[in-house]
Amino acid sequence: MELVNKLFGSGAAALRDPRELGRAFVMSVGVPVIAFAIFLALWSVAASRIQTSLGAVPGPAQVAEQAVVLVKEHFSEREREAAFYKRQAERDKERIAEDPSYEPRNFQWTGKRTYLDQIVTSLYTVFVGFLLATVVAVPLGILAGTSKIVQAAINPMVQLFRPVSPLAWLPIVTLIVSAVYVTTDEPMFQKSFLISAITVTLCSLWTTLINTAIGVTSVDKDLVNVGKVLQLPLATRVRKIILPSALPFIFTGMRLSLGVGWMVLIAAEMLAQNPGLGKFVWDEFQNGSSDSLSRIMVAVFTIGLIGYALDRLMQVLQNLVVPR
Amino acid sequence: MSAPSRSSLNRRRFATQAIALAGATTFGLPALAAKARPEKEQLKFGFIKLTDCAPLVVAYEKGYFEDEGLNVQLEAQANWKVLLDRVIDGQLDGAHMLAGQPLGATIGFGTKADIVTAFSMDLNGNAITVSNAVWAEMKPHLPMKDGKVAHPIKADALKKVVDAWKKEGKAFKMGMVFPVSTHNYELRYWLAAGGMNPGYYTSSDISGTSKADVLLSVTPPPQMPNTMESGTIHGYCVGEPWNQQAVFKGIGVPVVTDNEIWKNNPEKVFGVTGAWAKANPITHVAVVKALIRAGQWLDASMANRVEAVKMLSKSQYVGADEAVIANSMTGTFEYEKGDKRPAPDFNVFFRNFATFPFYSDAIWYLTQMRRWGQITEAKPDSWYMDIAKKVYQPTIYMEAANALVAEGKIKASDLPKTDGFKGVQTGFIDGVDYDGRKPNDYLAKFKIGLKAADKV
Repeated sequence: MELVNKLFGSGAAALRDPRELGRAFVMSVGVPVIAFAIFLALWSVAASRIQTSLGAVPGPAQVAEQAVVLVKEHFSEREREAAFYKRQAERDKERIAEDPSYEPRNFQWTGKRTYLDQIVTSLYTVFVGFLLATVVAVPLGILAGTSKIVQAAINPMVQLFRPVSPLAWLPIVTLIVSAVYVTTDEPMFQKSFLISAITVTLCSLWTTLINTAIGVTSVDKDLVNVGKVLQLPLATRVRKIILPSALPFIFTGMRLSLGVGWMVLIAAEMLAQNPGLGKFVWDEFQNGSSDSLSRIMVAVFTIGLIGYALDRLMQVLQNLVVPR
Repeated sequence: MSAPSRSSLNRRRFATQAIALAGATTFGLPALAAKARPEKEQLKFGFIKLTDCAPLVVAYEKGYFEDEGLNVQLEAQANWKVLLDRVIDGQLDGAHMLAGQPLGATIGFGTKADIVTAFSMDLNGNAITVSNAVWAEMKPHLPMKDGKVAHPIKADALKKVVDAWKKEGKAFKMGMVFPVSTHNYELRYWLAAGGMNPGYYTSSDISGTSKADVLLSVTPPPQMPNTMESGTIHGYCVGEPWNQQAVFKGIGVPVVTDNEIWKNNPEKVFGVTGAWAKANPITHVAVVKALIRAGQWLDASMANRVEAVKMLSKSQYVGADEAVIANSMTGTFEYEKGDKRPAPDFNVFFRNFATFPFYSDAIWYLTQMRRWGQITEAKPDSWYMDIAKKVYQPTIYMEAANALVAEGKIKASDLPKTDGFKGVQTGFIDGVDYDGRKPNDYLAKFKIGLKAADKV
């Protein structure tokens, strides 16, 4: 119970009255379900009436069907992969029988990235970019919050770079990464991955930075003064006084950052043709088959669901970390 | 012993043994040749989503690359420029390229780079499509035969439309896929044969629209139908499936195939950088071997073509609907909706020595670059020959092909006995003959276009 309260806020505890419970259930589950059903109905009616160059706009049924197809494709591709490794092992065995000095090759499968692979790639990229952003933004935000000089110094830059679209960063990041990150044959990170991740970082660090700074400046003055009187070292002051009070702000900033990062990532992948969901959408658009639109819609729902899940995840984390 | 010397030794021995064995197909390759390991076994090749990437897809899907000990990854590219840049900076080992790309790069039109090719991927495969509105204006001017429009359709009918538009002060715009693309030269050839000037490139006008009656611009192939639908262009020249797509979507009508403009014209090549070819001679031969086998398989039977259509329709390759790809790949072509005509040579992947890199093919593209001002000054015939020899590498092709003959995978009769020239070629829509040995004489035959020391 304790944990439930922590995770979902207090509110569940007040519901003892069954009538209240029923009403709460209707509000929290019934209404959204009914609304979503109406949305689906409207969508299927409207969809069949709009003719695009790729045929009629797909309704919910076709989209669901393509979602199943995409998952099936994933498994059939996995089978092909297994077959490839089997073939390779056989080839190597034959060659070694012919020529004992032959070093077997261990090639990686080079087949298609399936839809599920693309989802995993996107998630991994967004988390790396987001972590980078957090690592940069939180300390910088604390500095800006505690020191007027730092705040004055970085303020113009924050104001200048915050509104910049990810699509403007992308070419710059691409060129710089290509120039600086010189790889051997088997690099630790793919260039495309780094480019996407750094673009996410550049776009998502501002909200965390600003929120952290605001959180730090709004720490209770009495507490700050106590710290000064006790002559606590800076590290202790940050740990004991500033962080606990500023944490809710920092988390709000991070939540917003992650949302922005996820949105930016899809755009970056689309433009740079880097692996991930964005590339999946673009490829399907380029393919122009009769299933393309349904597949793109599957991706839209996936992106939305993942965005929502990420947001909830941050909320849960916040409830766990931030003492109420 | 250092690596390069060992590989060159292997290669020499490999070549001599392959030659010694050419014709003797009773037993397999000599032991040593089979053991010559490619210098680079993990390869990444780029392609554009067009049906003529088929040899790469087939070589991958049928395991021909694996047979040569190569682990290849195929990656679709956004457009021709990105593809070329990525080959040049080494992100890709090689790619499906427009025949003009290695030549253009070598003479420094656009990005200057040293690109070579030892494998021609196919013949024909393009068509010119106009929007429904333009077709409606064109059709009354076309001669009819047996109740259908007579083919091939010449551009004279389009000229009447363009002239009418000019009177109203409307510009007529068409799309092609790249400045050095086969499509650009075919579209220009067709327009000029119909008496329209498609515009010149000059040192200051790199869009190629000086003195143009029809304004040409670059659009990536997959976006052609959408761009035409939105009215930005009124027609385009592109490879499949984007002409048939216009028919299926009901937004345009293909009027002429490139096979009707120039019978059996060379279309795509497999390009690598000169440095890559020098560093990986065994790999290069192995890749060409796999690709020749793929070409041979594609032209072996209709059943294979049907299977290839299935492969190409996968979303990681061309990804368009099977029906759309099947139209041209299985020997028919639909012009107006319902007007489906046999086009057995719409795509040729192996017949007529389609895979051999002929010098005369290279020189034809160079002549067109000169004709439209991409090459700004007059060049002697010998210059054309030198560039062709620099870029096209028939010796590597022959090494691969002879090895395949020795393995019994192809017949010796599949290989041309040639010095790299096809002789005098006919079959152009305007009836002008082409002799690859006399590029300057050829240029002099055209009414529209630069010749000798002309300046725009």
